[in-house]
Amino acid sequence: MRRIRWFAMVAAVMAIALVGVACGGDEPSDSAGGDGTTALSGDIRVDGSSTVGPLTEAAAEFFQEENTDVRVTVGISGTGGGFEKFCAGETDISDASRQIEQDEEEACAGAGVEWAEVQVALDGIAVVVNPENDWADSLTVDQLKLIWNEGSTIDNWNQVDPSFPDVPLELFGPGTDSGTFDYFTDAVNGDEGISRTDYLATEDDNVAVQGVAGSKGGMAYFGLSYYEQNADQLKVVAIDGGGGPVTPSLETVQSGEYTPLSRPLFIYPSKASLERPEVAAFIQFYLENADRIAEQALYVPMTAEQVAASQAAVEQLIAE
Amino acid sequence: MAVATTRRPASRPLEGLEAGSRRYREKVIVGGLFLCAALSIVLTLGIVIALVVPSVEFFRSISPVEFFTGTEWAPLFKNSKFGVLPLLSGTIVITLIAAVICLPLGLLAAIYLSEYASRRTRSFVKPILEILAGIPTVVYGFFALTFITPLLRENWLFGTPPQVFNALSAGLVMGIMILPTVASISEDAMFAVPQSLRAGAAALGATKYEISTRVVVPAGLSGIIAAFVLGISRAIGETMIVLIAAGGTPNLTFNPAEAMQTMTAFIGAAGLGDQATGSIGYKTIFAVGITLFVMTLVMNIISIRLVRKYREVYD
Amino acid sequence: MSTSASQTNAPTTPPISLTSRRGWRHRARDGAFRGAVTGSVIVGLVVLVALILQSLIEGWPRLNLDLLTSFPSSFPERAGIQSAIFGTLWMVGIVLVTAIPIGVGAAIYMEEFADTEAWYNRLIDVIIQNLAAVPSIVYGILGLAFLSRGLLDLGPVVLTAGLTLSFLVLPVVIIASREAIRAVPSSILDGALALGATRWQGVSRQVLPASIPGIATGSILAVSRAIGEAAPLLLLGALQFITFNPTGLGSSFTALPIQIFNWISRPQEGFHIAAAAAIIVLLCITLLMNAVAIWLRNRFQQTW
Repeated sequence: MRRIRWFAMVAAVMAIALVGVACGGDEPSDSAGGDGTTALSGDIRVDGSSTVGPLTEAAAEFFQEENTDVRVTVGISGTGGGFEKFCAGETDISDASRQIEQDEEEACAGAGVEWAEVQVALDGIAVVVNPENDWADSLTVDQLKLIWNEGSTIDNWNQVDPSFPDVPLELFGPGTDSGTFDYFTDAVNGDEGISRTDYLATEDDNVAVQGVAGSKGGMAYFGLSYYEQNADQLKVVAIDGGGGPVTPSLETVQSGEYTPLSRPLFIYPSKASLERPEVAAFIQFYLENADRIAEQALYVPMTAEQVAASQAAVEQLIAE
Repeated sequence: MAVATTRRPASRPLEGLEAGSRRYREKVIVGGLFLCAALSIVLTLGIVIALVVPSVEFFRSISPVEFFTGTEWAPLFKNSKFGVLPLLSGTIVITLIAAVICLPLGLLAAIYLSEYASRRTRSFVKPILEILAGIPTVVYGFFALTFITPLLRENWLFGTPPQVFNALSAGLVMGIMILPTVASISEDAMFAVPQSLRAGAAALGATKYEISTRVVVPAGLSGIIAAFVLGISRAIGETMIVLIAAGGTPNLTFNPAEAMQTMTAFIGAAGLGDQATGSIGYKTIFAVGITLFVMTLVMNIISIRLVRKYREVYD
Repeated sequence: MSTSASQTNAPTTPPISLTSRRGWRHRARDGAFRGAVTGSVIVGLVVLVALILQSLIEGWPRLNLDLLTSFPSSFPERAGIQSAIFGTLWMVGIVLVTAIPIGVGAAIYMEEFADTEAWYNRLIDVIIQNLAAVPSIVYGILGLAFLSRGLLDLGPVVLTAGLTLSFLVLPVVIIASREAIRAVPSSILDGALALGATRWQGVSRQVLPASIPGIATGSILAVSRAIGEAAPLLLLGALQFITFNPTGLGSSFTALPIQIFNWISRPQEGFHIAAAAAIIVLLCITLLMNAVAIWLRNRFQQTW
């Protein structure tokens, strides 16, 4: 008797769990296309950089509003992880905050995966300091290098420039596995990966924001959107890349005036996937609406020429 | 008549008392149970294979001597350094802090639940403690960063306040996270100590304190040690809390107010990052992973010896 | 020996307080100890309350039905966790169905049937304890190498994630279940055997039911851990953006911890609020599952 009750109990628990789970299933319904043509349908798999992720996410959301039968999924395994899956044929498109590297190219070639490099937006890397910092309105790239270079022992602002006050320097920045780190070190210190090692590294740029906001001598670098969302707690530094100090903004990044800390963001579609109509339509949509998408994701839109170049790259891949 | 011992199975089963078919079915069942246990071997083999193969490639390029004795860890920088000691010290410091919190507090909480609490109190306190165990580690990490760290920095009494990332916050929070695990398993062990022992001690005039510390805890010691080992193991293997609250800067130090990176935090950061798979930077993940694995293996072997030594069996 | 479930171990104090003869030092020590044990529990409670309050205060604006019924979006105010909740539930289901039976089976074997002197059993002993210390992300590597690709080649689907999490919690389930089984006095099994039961009959009908409370404890801890883990899922391809719920074991998926982790690191404040609200939802799910298991445990608890 007791055993029966016991089994009934366990069965009930399992049933509750399974019912909750079964009710979740969601089949996409058939729907006719708006102008009478056959609706696009299918699954599009994207994975890669967590920087580019929000862009593709916005693109997917807008695209799915018009094409309700297409299911786009976006992962964030990192640029490297994304390429690994891409070259293994597991994804249709790879998001990347840097260009594909040699060994990744070889892996793709070995697996027969052909791709095109398609720029989709721009990002500026903002250098920020505490709002109470009234001495560092602008810095030259050389000064940045002085602070951030490998082996640098600078720990006070007055060592950067004698006219700066005696305030200890507290550095925050992304971890070494981040695309932002790679780009910054390449642009400022001369090569990817060249950097001092004793700054406070974090995976989450929001934390760097908090760090600088709470420290008078604080300084950090991260994507422009993190500055813009927290402009009331931070002060951005104008960077002199040779042509005078330039404050990063939508316009200066797009025009290339904010140099050298403007970086391109890419997606890499595969030729095989482009043969499917929904993927081709998605990429086309992505580029045609690049402005709107970049704005939604808080990045900098490309210039018209860059959009054209990207579209040409896609067409060339299809034609090959 | 041969009596089957219950803790160690008899070398020959009772004969003639069971039907042949039932004995066969029983053997099948026991075989199935063995497979369940043996699955653990399969898992370990899988982990070892998944870790060893890239590690071997790694150690072809980087000498093990440099890896194990070097004091600078900067594998993903251009001029890379591969000394794992900073990561090791980070793991040890944070684990120690977590252990100082979760082991004594966990044991005390277990004693409370087992010896002092009324049935009603126990029935709602124990679940609440278990909820602590269910909080996502991400949440603990941010709690440490956004609540504990500012608290410490504002109220620090011993010289320079801790940095924004520091081992102390991470260790404290990790200790709290593991506390329910230690408490629950210890408490189950203590709950199992026969009432007769307690009654006997009380009859001899022992206070609750004496009963708890001199009778129940020693009696349940093997389970308590198992709980401790599980707690420490969990502390060593925890990734998210240290990734978020202790930072990503490797630092060879034993000062808990400083930022440091543990082995797990490094694996987490590098694994989720933008490294090209196949690069040496990527392979460091596996080298560190296998170091971690061996370290815990040694620790566990030692602790199992301890448990075996102290286990008590009743009636 | 009474087996009624209404007893606790707190011994009834003898009618004459023997300690009154012991002097103030002993009483002070006893009092201090009582304070210490109660205090340790209070520390845990305080932290829990602080955590919950922190998330509740921040997430309150988004804590509504919208959050539960919407899917992820690039608009912070529209983003919801429906796909994440269902992903998490699917994975919990898989963990319950695989890790618990296998874990309990392994524990039964090791406690009641294994020859404890044999080398392979001692090896399994050490191995299981070691597996409990392996970082969760290494399980992600394991899942990626052998489940998602390699041997089973299942791909980045919900079954892979569920199985990987099962592997993750299996050691904890085994260890806790072993403690529970060990806690049952051997006289119980001895009695069954003396009455002519086979070993398996004795174990399955006497020892196992008696150890259910402890097993339930271990399972609660294990599954709670499973639903809070983000790191291995990220490696396995849990998604940041998915606008449909899992349709089967072979479906793409996301999970609550992933969504939380992702939103927390976005620049927009709106995402942070949504993340805090999602944390509360996750805690509620944990609470619910814990409640079921606790009911199970209380129902069957016995003292010896």
